Amino acid sequence: MIELQHFLILSSLLFLIGVFGIFLNRKNIIIILMSIELILLAVNINFVSFSFFLGDLTGQIFSLFILTVAASEAAIGLAILVCFFRNKGSIAVDDANVMKG
Amino acid sequence: MEPFVLGFYFFSILTILPALMVVLSTNPVHSVLWLILTFFGSSGLFILLGAEFLALILMIVYVGAVAVLFMFVVMMLNINFKEIKSNLTKYLPLGILVGLVLFVELGLIFGDFIPELKFNDNNHLEINSEIENTKQLGLVLYTDFFIYFQLAGIVLLIAMIGAIVLTHQRRKDVKRQDILAQIYKNPASSIELKDIKPGQGL
Repeated sequence: MIELQHFLILSSLLFLIGVFGIFLNRKNIIIILMSIELILLAVNINFVSFSFFLGDLTGQIFSLFILTVAASEAAIGLAILVCFFRNKGSIAVDDANVMKG
Repeated sequence: MEPFVLGFYFFSILTILPALMVVLSTNPVHSVLWLILTFFGSSGLFILLGAEFLALILMIVYVGAVAVLFMFVVMMLNINFKEIKSNLTKYLPLGILVGLVLFVELGLIFGDFIPELKFNDNNHLEINSEIENTKQLGLVLYTDFFIYFQLAGIVLLIAMIGAIVLTHQRRKDVKRQDILAQIYKNPASSIELKDIKPGQGL
């Protein structure tokens, strides 16, 4: 029988793949943005599985709002990426050093 | 095997393996395609969990909009991807280590995690299996969560405006209509009267 734990393990696995992707693809901001999408998807799976196993609708509503924020985040992130590429000619994280941070 | 169990394992594999391929694949175009497959898998999981509306919204929003946006950007930017992947092995051990440690920690927490059902009667929205999921979501989204719904709309509006402002560029080589200049033009400044004698050129 599939319990809540199975879903939690699954979503933590997905979350970790996202974190792993951020570590791995330091030269490519596009894949970092995709990894962030994966992380948000893991959170969504968490919310929906809690909603199912507790019999409460609130999780699904939260998940809907996360979806909204994820979509706008992707749009803004990609816009910033396009700007960055126009100015720098690359999409590596290491090249974002104008502010000397 | 029960269909739920079978479906869970099928869709989890369909979620996890493509997610790994998103991270590991060398070509960002392939990454986007694997991302789409991940969303398919997780939307299957959502259907298993009785959240049909969210599953289909995931398809429409992610596969239809976000993944296509990623695809646009990947193809619009002229990037040498061979160069980018050259030092993948440098970060691989660190990534695997961090991932493994976090996974073990989370596994220890979730392994024997049993949620306690404690609800305040005021904020428990019980799932009613007689009404379909979409209708049920709509019934609370437009009433109890009305403010949040509107705020989500504002977030999307601001994101749209921000994306347009960030990527819009005025090109010098394109001739545009300047309406103000047209309005403020008057005969005195635009017409020149010449008195031409008969039989002579200008």
